[in-house]
Amino acid sequence: MMVATALAIVRMRHLFAVVMLSGVFSLLSALLFVTLDAVDVAFTEAAVGAGISTVLLLGTIALTSRTERLTVNFEWLPLLVCLVTGAVLIYGTLDMPNFGSADAPVHQHVAPGYFERTPHEIDVPNVVTAILASYRGYDTLGEVVVVFTAGVGVIALISGLGRGGRRGRGGRPGKEA
Amino acid sequence: MRHHLILRTITKLLVAPILMFALYVQFHGDFSPGGGFQAGVLFAVAFILYGTVFSLAQVQAVFPPWLVHKLVALGVLIYAGTGVVSMLLGANYLDYDVLGAHPEHGQHNGILAVEIGVGVTVASVMIAVYYAFAGRPPTISDEDW
Repeated sequence: MMVATALAIVRMRHLFAVVMLSGVFSLLSALLFVTLDAVDVAFTEAAVGAGISTVLLLGTIALTSRTERLTVNFEWLPLLVCLVTGAVLIYGTLDMPNFGSADAPVHQHVAPGYFERTPHEIDVPNVVTAILASYRGYDTLGEVVVVFTAGVGVIALISGLGRGGRRGRGGRPGKEA
Repeated sequence: MRHHLILRTITKLLVAPILMFALYVQFHGDFSPGGGFQAGVLFAVAFILYGTVFSLAQVQAVFPPWLVHKLVALGVLIYAGTGVVSMLLGANYLDYDVLGAHPEHGQHNGILAVEIGVGVTVASVMIAVYYAFAGRPPTISDEDW
């Protein structure tokens, strides 16, 4: 289903439908994450991918145009690069351990330590939260700073707070204007 | 979207539960999936939904842009400040053991504090980005969709 959605996204010219389909794609990948028992990631994917980015893409369409410009010439090099990269990635998966196997490297390295230490050091049932906020606190601080920087970048670029002083204060003229 | 009665009614019904669920995800992140990132996004979704269905001016009357822009920075400061507090109490930066009477309580308090920081920043960044996009002049009228 995800492949079908992706192909439809590539083929479509009507950007409104493309945005909706990319939301569907995000929802499907969220389901995939649930199947893989990664509920935290699925949660994020459903909220961000299917929710917010759809709205933001719709906002972008409202600012630009609603149909894709038709390109006539067919490029061989990008297709070749895609095929080669895809083939290399698939070749790489051949060496991966079987799905769900207990002796996969990811279950041997640091994960058992976290599962062992979390109950008596942090004492929260959700080990993901313990790792995210406590053991890997620096990384999460970095992530928050990344989000902050991205937000500041968008505000600086397109929110119109620039030269005219604080035009944003008190609300801008809305759709009525 | 003045004439979409069903959309408007459903939105009015949904906004409060979404905010409630965001707070649940925020404060229950220790026990169930979720945490600051997800809660922040959910919190922002409530405002974005309201702004999309009603109007930007109405949602900005509730949550003005200057406040959003300040909260963007406040979240990072809460997170980084937690680290500074633990440093002032004699531990390493972002080591929460000293934030409570007992190391485990300290960890609970520390995780709660940084998750609030994460949630505040994520929610306000999402809302700020939405304001930035939706606040641009050329908007498509309802009939064009």
